[in-house]
Amino acid sequence: MNWLSEPLQYEFMQRAMLEVVIIGALCGLVGCFVVLRGLAFIGDALAHAVFPGVVLSYIAGQSILIGAMAFGTLTAAGVGFLSRSRRVSEDSAIGVVFVAFFALGVVILSRQGGFNRDLGSLLFGNILGVSRGDVIVTAAIAVVVAGILLALLKEFTLLAFDPTMAKSAGYPVFALDVLLLLLVSATIVVSLQTVGNVLILALIVTPPATARLLTDRLGRMMVVSVAIAVASGVIGLYLSYHAGTAAGATIVLTATAAFVAALVMAPNHGMVSGYWQRRHGHHHAHHFHEEGEAVHLD
Amino acid sequence: MRVPAGSVVGVIGPNGSGKSTLLKAIAGVLRAQRGEVLLGGRPIREQASRVAFVPQREEVNWDFPVTARDVVLMGRYRPIGWLRWPGRDDRRMADAALEVLGLGGMGHRHISQFSGGQQQRIFMARALVQEPALVLLDEPFTGIDVQNRQVFHERIQALASAGVTVLVATHDLDEVAETTTHVLCLNRALVAFGPTATTFTPATLKAAFGGQVAVFEQPR
Repeated sequence: MNWLSEPLQYEFMQRAMLEVVIIGALCGLVGCFVVLRGLAFIGDALAHAVFPGVVLSYIAGQSILIGAMAFGTLTAAGVGFLSRSRRVSEDSAIGVVFVAFFALGVVILSRQGGFNRDLGSLLFGNILGVSRGDVIVTAAIAVVVAGILLALLKEFTLLAFDPTMAKSAGYPVFALDVLLLLLVSATIVVSLQTVGNVLILALIVTPPATARLLTDRLGRMMVVSVAIAVASGVIGLYLSYHAGTAAGATIVLTATAAFVAALVMAPNHGMVSGYWQRRHGHHHAHHFHEEGEAVHLD
Repeated sequence: MRVPAGSVVGVIGPNGSGKSTLLKAIAGVLRAQRGEVLLGGRPIREQASRVAFVPQREEVNWDFPVTARDVVLMGRYRPIGWLRWPGRDDRRMADAALEVLGLGGMGHRHISQFSGGQQQRIFMARALVQEPALVLLDEPFTGIDVQNRQVFHERIQALASAGVTVLVATHDLDEVAETTTHVLCLNRALVAFGPTATTFTPATLKAAFGGQVAVFEQPR
Protein backbone atom coordinates (compact mmCIF):
# COMPACT_ATOMS: atom_id res chain seq x y z
CA MET A 1 0.00 0.00 0.00
CA ASN A 2 2.86 2.24 0.89
CA TRP A 3 4.23 1.61 -2.59
CA LEU A 4 1.09 3.20 -4.00
CA SER A 5 0.45 5.97 -1.50
CA GLU A 6 3.96 7.18 -0.81
CA PRO A 7 4.54 9.03 -4.10
CA LEU A 8 1.19 10.76 -3.85
CA GLN A 9 2.15 12.69 -0.74
CA TYR A 10 4.08 15.01 -3.06
CA GLU A 11 2.04 17.58 -4.86
CA PHE A 12 4.13 17.33 -8.03
CA MET A 13 3.37 13.61 -8.16
CA GLN A 14 -0.34 14.23 -7.71
CA ARG A 15 -0.25 16.65 -10.61
CA ALA A 16 1.84 14.28 -12.67
CA MET A 17 -0.59 11.43 -11.97
CA LEU A 18 -3.57 13.54 -12.99
CA GLU A 19 -1.77 14.72 -16.13
CA VAL A 20 -0.84 11.18 -17.10
CA VAL A 21 -4.44 9.98 -16.70
CA ILE A 22 -5.78 12.78 -18.92
CA ILE A 23 -3.07 12.35 -21.55
CA GLY A 24 -3.44 8.57 -21.49
CA ALA A 25 -7.17 8.76 -22.08
CA LEU A 26 -6.77 11.26 -24.90
CA CYS A 27 -3.92 9.45 -26.65
CA GLY A 28 -5.68 6.11 -26.28
CA LEU A 29 -8.79 7.53 -27.93
CA VAL A 30 -7.28 9.62 -30.74
CA GLY A 31 -4.62 6.96 -31.31
CA CYS A 32 -7.29 4.51 -32.49
CA PHE A 33 -7.82 6.64 -35.57
CA VAL A 34 -4.11 7.18 -36.06
CA VAL A 35 -3.72 3.40 -36.18
CA LEU A 36 -6.81 2.71 -38.31
CA ARG A 37 -5.96 5.43 -40.80
CA GLY A 38 -2.29 4.49 -40.94
CA LEU A 39 -1.26 7.96 -39.77
CA ALA A 40 1.63 6.82 -37.56
CA PHE A 41 4.26 8.34 -39.83
CA ILE A 42 2.37 11.61 -40.16
CA GLY A 43 1.93 11.64 -36.38
CA ASP A 44 5.66 11.25 -35.92
CA ALA A 45 6.25 14.03 -38.43
CA LEU A 46 3.83 16.29 -36.56
CA ALA A 47 5.58 15.62 -33.27
CA HIS A 48 8.87 16.67 -34.83
CA ALA A 49 7.48 19.61 -36.74
CA VAL A 50 6.13 21.34 -33.65
CA PHE A 51 9.58 21.36 -32.06
CA PRO A 52 10.60 24.87 -33.17
CA GLY A 53 7.35 26.13 -31.66
CA VAL A 54 8.18 24.41 -28.40
CA VAL A 55 11.67 25.91 -28.37
CA LEU A 56 10.51 29.41 -29.23
CA SER A 57 7.87 29.54 -26.51
CA TYR A 58 10.35 28.01 -24.07
CA ILE A 59 12.87 30.74 -24.84
CA ALA A 60 10.17 33.39 -24.56
CA GLY A 61 9.31 31.96 -21.16
CA GLN A 62 5.79 31.03 -22.26
CA SER A 63 3.92 27.77 -21.87
CA ILE A 64 5.23 25.43 -24.58
CA LEU A 65 1.61 24.75 -25.50
CA ILE A 66 1.31 28.08 -27.28
CA GLY A 67 4.18 27.64 -29.71
CA ALA A 68 3.51 23.96 -30.19
CA MET A 69 -0.15 24.59 -30.91
CA ALA A 70 0.69 27.24 -33.51
CA PHE A 71 3.19 25.01 -35.32
CA GLY A 72 0.96 21.95 -34.92
CA THR A 73 -2.01 23.64 -36.54
CA LEU A 74 0.13 24.94 -39.38
CA THR A 75 1.66 21.55 -40.03
CA ALA A 76 -1.61 19.66 -39.87
CA ALA A 77 -3.07 21.99 -42.47
CA GLY A 78 0.15 21.65 -44.50
CA VAL A 79 -0.04 17.87 -44.50
CA GLY A 80 -3.66 18.05 -45.52
CA PHE A 81 -2.90 20.15 -48.56
CA LEU A 82 0.23 18.19 -49.39
CA SER A 83 -1.76 14.96 -49.49
CA ARG A 84 -4.19 16.64 -51.85
CA SER A 85 -1.68 17.50 -54.55
CA ARG A 86 -0.27 14.39 -56.11
CA ARG A 87 2.84 16.06 -57.48
CA VAL A 88 5.25 15.02 -54.75
CA SER A 89 5.57 11.63 -53.18
CA GLU A 90 3.81 12.26 -49.91
CA ASP A 91 6.07 10.51 -47.42
CA SER A 92 9.26 11.86 -48.93
CA ALA A 93 7.91 15.39 -48.75
CA ILE A 94 6.79 14.92 -45.17
CA GLY A 95 10.13 13.38 -44.25
CA VAL A 96 12.17 16.16 -45.80
CA VAL A 97 10.17 19.08 -44.45
CA PHE A 98 9.54 17.89 -40.93
CA VAL A 99 12.93 16.63 -40.01
CA ALA A 100 14.18 20.01 -41.23
CA PHE A 101 11.73 21.68 -38.84
CA PHE A 102 13.04 19.53 -36.04
CA ALA A 103 16.64 20.44 -36.86
CA LEU A 104 15.63 24.10 -36.94
CA GLY A 105 14.29 23.76 -33.40
CA VAL A 106 17.55 22.19 -32.23
CA VAL A 107 19.58 24.95 -33.90
CA ILE A 108 17.53 27.70 -32.28
CA LEU A 109 17.87 26.00 -28.92
CA SER A 110 21.61 25.52 -29.30
CA ARG A 111 22.04 29.30 -29.45
CA GLN A 112 20.87 29.40 -25.83
CA GLY A 113 22.88 28.55 -22.74
CA GLY A 114 22.16 25.33 -20.81
CA PHE A 115 21.55 23.57 -24.09
CA ASN A 116 21.84 19.97 -22.97
CA ARG A 117 19.64 20.17 -19.92
CA ASP A 118 16.88 21.97 -21.78
CA LEU A 119 17.11 19.75 -24.81
CA GLY A 120 16.66 16.71 -22.62
CA SER A 121 13.49 17.94 -20.97
CA LEU A 122 12.02 19.18 -24.24
CA LEU A 123 12.77 16.02 -26.17
CA PHE A 124 11.81 13.48 -23.55
CA GLY A 125 9.24 15.37 -21.55
CA ASN A 126 9.22 16.61 -18.02
CA ILE A 127 6.06 15.32 -16.44
CA LEU A 128 7.25 15.96 -12.92
CA GLY A 129 7.46 19.64 -13.78
CA VAL A 130 3.84 20.20 -14.84
CA SER A 131 2.09 23.03 -13.09
CA ARG A 132 -1.51 23.27 -11.92
CA GLY A 133 -2.18 25.53 -14.89
CA ASP A 134 -0.71 22.96 -17.27
CA VAL A 135 -3.06 20.29 -15.92
CA ILE A 136 -6.06 22.55 -16.33
CA VAL A 137 -5.13 23.49 -19.91
CA THR A 138 -4.46 19.84 -20.76
CA ALA A 139 -7.84 18.81 -19.36
CA ALA A 140 -9.64 21.55 -21.28
CA ILE A 141 -7.98 20.66 -24.60
CA ALA A 142 -8.56 16.96 -23.98
CA VAL A 143 -12.26 17.56 -23.44
CA VAL A 144 -12.55 19.58 -26.65
CA VAL A 145 -10.58 17.10 -28.78
CA ALA A 146 -12.35 14.04 -27.40
CA GLY A 147 -15.68 15.83 -27.72
CA ILE A 148 -15.16 16.61 -31.40
CA LEU A 149 -13.89 13.11 -32.14
CA LEU A 150 -16.83 11.42 -30.45
CA ALA A 151 -19.37 13.80 -31.98
CA LEU A 152 -18.06 12.93 -35.44
CA LEU A 153 -17.29 9.29 -34.63
CA LYS A 154 -19.72 8.03 -37.27
CA GLU A 155 -18.14 10.16 -40.00
CA PHE A 156 -14.52 9.48 -38.98
CA THR A 157 -15.26 5.76 -38.87
CA LEU A 158 -16.80 5.75 -42.33
CA LEU A 159 -13.91 7.80 -43.67
CA ALA A 160 -11.36 5.43 -42.18
CA PHE A 161 -13.12 2.30 -43.41
CA ASP A 162 -14.44 3.35 -46.79
CA PRO A 163 -13.30 6.75 -48.10
CA THR A 164 -14.87 5.93 -51.47
CA MET A 165 -18.31 5.67 -49.97
CA ALA A 166 -17.72 8.73 -47.79
CA LYS A 167 -16.96 10.71 -50.91
CA SER A 168 -19.80 9.32 -52.96
CA ALA A 169 -22.23 9.97 -50.11
CA GLY A 170 -21.27 13.63 -50.34
CA TYR A 171 -19.32 14.07 -47.10
CA PRO A 172 -16.77 16.92 -47.03
CA VAL A 173 -13.93 14.40 -47.02
CA PHE A 174 -11.08 16.88 -47.26
CA ALA A 175 -12.36 19.04 -44.42
CA LEU A 176 -12.86 15.97 -42.22
CA ASP A 177 -9.33 14.77 -43.03
CA VAL A 178 -7.81 18.10 -42.05
CA LEU A 179 -9.94 18.18 -38.91
CA LEU A 180 -8.69 14.73 -37.91
CA LEU A 181 -5.10 15.85 -38.45
CA LEU A 182 -5.77 18.89 -36.27
CA LEU A 183 -7.13 16.66 -33.51
CA VAL A 184 -4.07 14.42 -33.76
CA SER A 185 -1.85 17.47 -33.74
CA ALA A 186 -3.57 18.91 -30.64
CA THR A 187 -3.22 15.55 -28.90
CA ILE A 188 0.48 15.45 -29.65
CA VAL A 189 0.96 19.00 -28.49
CA VAL A 190 -0.70 18.57 -25.10
CA SER A 191 1.18 15.31 -24.58
CA LEU A 192 4.59 16.79 -25.27
CA GLN A 193 5.13 17.76 -21.66
CA THR A 194 4.52 14.23 -20.52
CA VAL A 195 6.70 12.21 -22.84
CA GLY A 196 8.36 14.73 -25.15
CA ASN A 197 8.69 14.91 -28.94
CA VAL A 198 10.63 11.72 -29.41
CA LEU A 199 8.46 9.37 -27.37
CA ILE A 200 4.97 10.76 -27.97
CA LEU A 201 4.27 8.52 -30.93
CA ALA A 202 4.55 5.45 -28.73
CA LEU A 203 1.78 6.71 -26.47
CA ILE A 204 -0.47 7.34 -29.47
CA VAL A 205 0.20 4.16 -31.42
CA THR A 206 1.02 1.43 -28.88
CA PRO A 207 -2.21 1.36 -26.81
CA PRO A 208 -4.60 1.18 -29.81
CA ALA A 209 -2.38 -1.33 -31.57
CA THR A 210 -2.54 -3.43 -28.41
CA ALA A 211 -6.30 -3.02 -28.18
CA ARG A 212 -6.71 -4.05 -31.82
CA LEU A 213 -5.05 -7.37 -31.00
CA LEU A 214 -7.60 -7.96 -28.27
CA THR A 215 -10.86 -7.11 -30.04
CA ASP A 216 -12.53 -6.97 -33.45
CA ARG A 217 -14.97 -4.20 -32.57
CA LEU A 218 -14.18 -0.53 -32.92
CA GLY A 219 -16.15 0.52 -29.83
CA ARG A 220 -14.37 -1.99 -27.63
CA MET A 221 -11.06 -1.16 -29.23
CA MET A 222 -11.47 2.46 -28.18
CA VAL A 223 -12.40 1.56 -24.59
CA VAL A 224 -9.56 -0.96 -24.25
CA SER A 225 -7.08 1.42 -25.84
CA VAL A 226 -7.97 4.20 -23.39
CA ALA A 227 -7.74 1.75 -20.48
CA ILE A 228 -4.32 0.49 -21.58
CA ALA A 229 -2.97 4.00 -22.14
CA VAL A 230 -4.19 5.25 -18.76
CA ALA A 231 -2.93 2.14 -16.96
CA SER A 232 0.46 2.37 -18.69
CA GLY A 233 0.72 6.01 -17.66
CA VAL A 234 -0.11 5.37 -14.01
CA ILE A 235 1.93 2.18 -13.67
CA GLY A 236 4.84 3.67 -15.58
CA LEU A 237 4.85 6.72 -13.35
CA TYR A 238 4.92 4.58 -10.21
CA LEU A 239 7.70 2.43 -11.61
CA SER A 240 9.75 5.46 -12.55
CA TYR A 241 9.28 6.94 -9.07
CA HIS A 242 10.39 3.80 -7.29
CA ALA A 243 13.13 2.82 -9.69
CA GLY A 244 14.37 6.37 -10.18
CA THR A 245 14.07 6.18 -13.98
CA ALA A 246 12.95 8.78 -16.53
CA ALA A 247 9.16 9.03 -16.32
CA GLY A 248 8.23 9.42 -19.99
CA ALA A 249 10.41 6.56 -21.18
CA THR A 250 9.23 4.28 -18.38
CA ILE A 251 5.60 4.97 -19.34
CA VAL A 252 6.36 4.10 -22.95
CA LEU A 253 8.07 0.86 -21.96
CA THR A 254 5.10 -0.08 -19.76
CA ALA A 255 2.79 0.37 -22.76
CA THR A 256 5.20 -1.66 -24.87
CA ALA A 257 5.12 -4.47 -22.30
CA ALA A 258 1.31 -4.54 -22.57
CA PHE A 259 1.62 -4.72 -26.35
CA VAL A 260 4.06 -7.63 -26.23
CA ALA A 261 1.85 -9.46 -23.74
CA ALA A 262 -1.16 -9.01 -26.04
CA LEU A 263 0.85 -10.04 -29.08
CA VAL A 264 1.77 -13.30 -27.41
CA MET A 265 -1.47 -14.10 -25.64
CA ALA A 266 -4.38 -12.42 -27.45
CA PRO A 267 -7.32 -14.81 -27.97
CA ASN A 268 -7.73 -14.38 -31.72
CA HIS A 269 -4.72 -12.57 -33.08
CA GLY A 270 -2.07 -13.68 -30.59
CA MET A 271 0.92 -15.85 -31.35
CA VAL A 272 -0.06 -18.54 -28.83
CA SER A 273 -3.55 -18.92 -30.25
CA GLY A 274 -2.18 -18.78 -33.80
CA TYR A 275 0.23 -21.57 -32.96
CA TRP A 276 -2.55 -23.53 -31.28
CA GLN A 277 -4.82 -23.14 -34.29
CA ARG A 278 -2.13 -24.23 -36.74
CA ARG A 279 -1.29 -27.22 -34.60
CA HIS A 280 -4.89 -28.29 -34.26
CA GLY A 281 -6.15 -27.27 -37.63
CA HIS A 282 -8.64 -24.66 -36.45
CA HIS A 283 -8.15 -22.19 -39.21
CA HIS A 284 -9.82 -18.85 -39.24
CA ALA A 285 -12.58 -18.44 -41.75
CA HIS A 286 -10.39 -15.62 -43.11
CA HIS A 287 -9.92 -15.05 -46.78
CA PHE A 288 -11.94 -17.53 -48.71
CA HIS A 289 -11.08 -17.57 -52.35
CA GLU A 290 -13.43 -18.85 -54.93
CA GLU A 291 -12.43 -19.44 -58.48
CA GLY A 292 -13.03 -16.57 -60.85
CA GLU A 293 -14.66 -17.34 -64.15
CA ALA A 294 -13.12 -16.70 -67.49
CA VAL A 295 -14.80 -14.23 -69.80
CA HIS A 296 -16.44 -15.97 -72.68
CA LEU A 297 -19.49 -15.79 -74.86
CA ASP A 298 -21.81 -18.50 -76.02
CA MET B 1 -26.53 9.23 -72.94
CA ARG B 2 -29.78 8.84 -71.06
CA VAL B 3 -30.53 5.90 -68.79
CA PRO B 4 -34.21 5.25 -68.06
CA ALA B 5 -35.07 4.82 -64.37
CA GLY B 6 -35.35 1.22 -63.30
CA SER B 7 -32.98 -0.10 -65.92
CA VAL B 8 -30.10 -2.45 -65.30
CA VAL B 9 -27.08 -1.29 -67.26
CA GLY B 10 -24.14 -3.57 -67.89
CA VAL B 11 -20.94 -1.52 -68.19
CA ILE B 12 -18.47 -3.51 -70.26
CA GLY B 13 -15.11 -3.01 -71.92
CA PRO B 14 -11.57 -4.34 -71.80
CA ASN B 15 -9.24 -3.76 -68.84
CA GLY B 16 -8.33 -0.11 -68.56
CA SER B 17 -11.27 0.95 -70.70
CA GLY B 18 -12.63 3.16 -67.91
CA LYS B 19 -15.43 1.11 -66.37
CA SER B 20 -14.40 1.79 -62.78
CA THR B 21 -13.47 5.35 -63.62
CA LEU B 22 -16.89 6.02 -65.11
CA LEU B 23 -18.64 4.55 -62.07
CA LYS B 24 -16.48 6.59 -59.73
CA ALA B 25 -17.07 9.75 -61.72
CA ILE B 26 -20.81 9.17 -61.51
CA ALA B 27 -20.48 8.50 -57.77
CA GLY B 28 -18.55 11.75 -57.37
CA VAL B 29 -15.46 9.94 -56.09
CA LEU B 30 -13.45 11.18 -59.05
CA ARG B 31 -14.07 14.56 -60.58
CA ALA B 32 -15.24 14.52 -64.17
CA GLN B 33 -12.95 16.44 -66.51
CA ARG B 34 -15.90 17.50 -68.54
CA GLY B 35 -19.59 16.82 -68.76
CA GLU B 36 -22.13 16.45 -66.00
CA VAL B 37 -24.24 13.76 -64.42
CA LEU B 38 -27.89 14.37 -63.73
CA LEU B 39 -30.14 12.15 -61.65
CA GLY B 40 -33.81 12.70 -62.23
CA GLY B 41 -32.97 15.97 -64.00
CA ARG B 42 -30.95 17.47 -61.12
CA PRO B 43 -27.17 17.43 -60.65
CA ILE B 44 -26.22 14.20 -58.94
CA ARG B 45 -23.91 15.88 -56.40
CA GLU B 46 -26.92 17.63 -54.90
CA GLN B 47 -28.44 14.27 -54.08
CA ALA B 48 -25.32 12.30 -53.24
CA SER B 49 -27.04 10.39 -50.47
CA ARG B 50 -29.27 8.69 -53.05
CA VAL B 51 -26.29 7.10 -54.79
CA ALA B 52 -25.05 3.78 -53.44
CA PHE B 53 -21.61 2.55 -54.46
CA VAL B 54 -20.57 -1.07 -54.00
CA PRO B 55 -16.76 -1.15 -54.26
CA GLN B 56 -14.52 -3.85 -55.66
CA ARG B 57 -13.57 -6.32 -53.00
CA GLU B 58 -9.87 -5.52 -53.28
CA GLU B 59 -10.56 -1.90 -52.36
CA VAL B 60 -11.91 -2.74 -48.91
CA ASN B 61 -9.80 -2.97 -45.76
CA TRP B 62 -11.00 -6.33 -44.40
CA ASP B 63 -8.92 -5.94 -41.23
CA PHE B 64 -10.93 -2.96 -40.07
CA PRO B 65 -12.54 -3.68 -36.68
CA VAL B 66 -16.20 -3.77 -37.76
CA THR B 67 -18.87 -6.44 -37.97
CA ALA B 68 -21.10 -7.10 -40.97
CA ARG B 69 -23.93 -5.23 -39.26
CA ASP B 70 -21.67 -2.24 -38.55
CA VAL B 71 -20.87 -2.05 -42.26
CA VAL B 72 -24.52 -2.21 -43.27
CA LEU B 73 -25.37 0.47 -40.71
CA MET B 74 -22.88 2.77 -42.46
CA GLY B 75 -25.47 2.94 -45.22
CA ARG B 76 -27.74 4.72 -42.75
CA TYR B 77 -25.16 7.34 -41.68
CA ARG B 78 -26.03 9.85 -44.36
CA PRO B 79 -29.80 9.54 -44.07
CA ILE B 80 -29.48 9.88 -40.28
CA GLY B 81 -27.39 13.04 -40.58
CA TRP B 82 -24.69 14.71 -38.49
CA LEU B 83 -24.52 14.35 -34.71
CA ARG B 84 -27.17 11.65 -34.57
CA TRP B 85 -26.79 7.93 -33.99
CA PRO B 86 -28.33 4.89 -35.60
CA GLY B 87 -31.48 3.99 -33.68
CA ARG B 88 -33.60 0.90 -33.37
CA ASP B 89 -35.23 1.44 -36.76
CA ASP B 90 -31.85 1.70 -38.46
CA ARG B 91 -30.65 -1.48 -36.82
CA ARG B 92 -33.85 -3.22 -37.83
CA MET B 93 -33.31 -2.09 -41.42
CA ALA B 94 -29.74 -3.35 -41.36
CA ASP B 95 -30.76 -6.74 -40.02
CA ALA B 96 -33.56 -6.99 -42.57
CA ALA B 97 -31.15 -6.20 -45.41
CA LEU B 98 -28.72 -8.86 -44.21
CA GLU B 99 -31.61 -11.30 -43.99
CA VAL B 100 -32.70 -10.55 -47.55
CA LEU B 101 -29.16 -11.23 -48.74
CA GLY B 102 -29.05 -14.56 -46.97
CA LEU B 103 -26.83 -13.40 -44.11
CA GLY B 104 -29.50 -13.35 -41.40
CA GLY B 105 -28.10 -14.00 -37.94
CA MET B 106 -24.51 -13.43 -39.04
CA GLY B 107 -24.45 -9.66 -38.48
CA HIS B 108 -22.30 -9.91 -35.37
CA ARG B 109 -19.38 -11.55 -37.17
CA HIS B 110 -16.25 -9.67 -38.10
CA ILE B 111 -16.10 -8.87 -41.82
CA SER B 112 -13.00 -10.99 -42.39
CA GLN B 113 -14.92 -14.09 -41.32
CA PHE B 114 -17.02 -14.24 -44.47
CA SER B 115 -16.35 -15.75 -47.87
CA GLY B 116 -15.75 -13.47 -50.83
CA GLY B 117 -19.31 -13.78 -52.08
CA GLN B 118 -20.72 -13.11 -48.65
CA GLN B 119 -18.51 -10.05 -48.31
CA GLN B 120 -19.96 -8.70 -51.54
CA ARG B 121 -23.43 -9.34 -50.18
CA ILE B 122 -22.66 -7.31 -47.03
CA PHE B 123 -21.89 -4.32 -49.23
CA MET B 124 -25.03 -4.94 -51.27
CA ALA B 125 -27.00 -4.91 -48.02
CA ARG B 126 -25.38 -1.58 -47.19
CA ALA B 127 -26.48 -0.22 -50.55
CA LEU B 128 -30.06 -1.36 -49.89
CA VAL B 129 -30.39 0.48 -46.56
CA GLN B 130 -29.27 3.71 -48.22
CA GLU B 131 -32.66 3.72 -49.97
CA PRO B 132 -30.89 4.78 -53.16
CA ALA B 133 -32.18 5.95 -56.52
CA LEU B 134 -29.01 4.76 -58.23
CA VAL B 135 -26.81 1.77 -57.37
CA LEU B 136 -23.31 1.43 -58.79
CA LEU B 137 -21.73 -2.02 -58.62
CA ASP B 138 -18.03 -2.26 -59.42
CA GLU B 139 -17.16 -5.79 -60.55
CA PRO B 140 -19.51 -7.51 -58.11
CA PHE B 141 -19.18 -10.91 -59.74
CA THR B 142 -15.40 -11.24 -59.64
CA GLY B 143 -14.54 -14.48 -57.94
CA ILE B 144 -17.97 -15.33 -56.56
CA ASP B 145 -19.84 -18.57 -57.01
CA VAL B 146 -23.13 -19.37 -58.71
CA GLN B 147 -25.20 -19.27 -55.56
CA ASN B 148 -23.90 -15.82 -54.64
CA ARG B 149 -24.57 -14.60 -58.14
CA GLN B 150 -28.14 -15.78 -57.85
CA VAL B 151 -28.68 -13.77 -54.67
CA PHE B 152 -27.18 -10.73 -56.37
CA HIS B 153 -29.37 -11.05 -59.44
CA GLU B 154 -32.50 -11.33 -57.35
CA ARG B 155 -31.59 -8.13 -55.52
CA ILE B 156 -30.72 -6.29 -58.70
CA GLN B 157 -34.02 -7.29 -60.28
CA ALA B 158 -35.91 -6.29 -57.13
CA LEU B 159 -34.22 -2.88 -57.13
CA ALA B 160 -34.98 -2.36 -60.81
CA SER B 161 -38.64 -3.24 -60.37
CA ALA B 162 -38.77 -0.68 -57.56
CA GLY B 163 -37.60 1.95 -60.06
CA VAL B 164 -33.96 2.05 -58.92
CA THR B 165 -31.39 2.33 -61.68
CA VAL B 166 -28.49 -0.11 -61.44
CA LEU B 167 -25.13 0.18 -63.19
CA VAL B 168 -22.96 -2.94 -63.11
CA ALA B 169 -19.35 -2.84 -64.27
CA THR B 170 -18.40 -6.36 -65.17
CA HIS B 171 -16.02 -8.55 -67.10
CA ASP B 172 -18.57 -11.26 -67.42
CA LEU B 173 -20.27 -10.92 -70.78
CA ASP B 174 -22.60 -13.85 -70.09
CA GLU B 175 -24.01 -11.91 -67.17
CA VAL B 176 -24.66 -8.95 -69.38
CA ALA B 177 -26.47 -10.95 -72.01
CA GLU B 178 -28.72 -12.60 -69.47
CA THR B 179 -29.43 -10.02 -66.83
CA THR B 180 -29.27 -6.46 -68.13
CA THR B 181 -31.76 -4.24 -69.89
CA HIS B 182 -29.09 -1.93 -71.32
CA VAL B 183 -25.45 -2.16 -72.30
CA LEU B 184 -22.82 0.53 -72.01
CA CYS B 185 -19.76 -0.39 -73.99
CA LEU B 186 -16.50 1.45 -73.23
CA ASN B 187 -13.03 1.52 -74.64
CA ARG B 188 -11.53 4.75 -73.25
CA ALA B 189 -14.54 6.41 -74.86
CA LEU B 190 -18.16 5.51 -75.30
CA VAL B 191 -18.38 2.79 -77.97
CA ALA B 192 -22.06 2.07 -77.74
CA PHE B 193 -25.03 2.46 -75.46
CA GLY B 194 -28.51 1.07 -75.87
CA PRO B 195 -30.95 -1.71 -75.01
CA THR B 196 -29.16 -5.02 -74.57
CA ALA B 197 -31.28 -6.71 -77.23
CA THR B 198 -30.13 -4.33 -79.98
CA THR B 199 -26.73 -3.15 -78.69
CA PHE B 200 -25.14 -6.30 -77.33
CA THR B 201 -24.05 -7.52 -80.73
CA PRO B 202 -20.90 -9.10 -82.16
CA ALA B 203 -20.18 -5.85 -83.99
CA THR B 204 -20.26 -3.76 -80.79
CA LEU B 205 -18.12 -6.26 -78.93
CA LYS B 206 -15.54 -6.30 -81.71
CA ALA B 207 -15.44 -2.51 -81.65
CA ALA B 208 -14.87 -2.45 -77.90
CA PHE B 209 -12.67 -5.48 -77.38
CA GLY B 210 -10.89 -5.71 -80.72
CA GLY B 211 -9.36 -9.13 -81.11
CA GLN B 212 -9.59 -9.95 -77.41
CA VAL B 213 -12.97 -11.59 -77.59
CA ALA B 214 -14.23 -14.48 -79.63
CA VAL B 215 -17.91 -14.40 -80.35
CA PHE B 216 -19.76 -17.65 -80.88
CA GLU B 217 -23.31 -17.25 -82.03
CA GLN B 218 -25.70 -19.56 -80.36
CA PRO B 219 -27.84 -21.54 -82.79
CA ARG B 220 -31.36 -20.69 -81.70
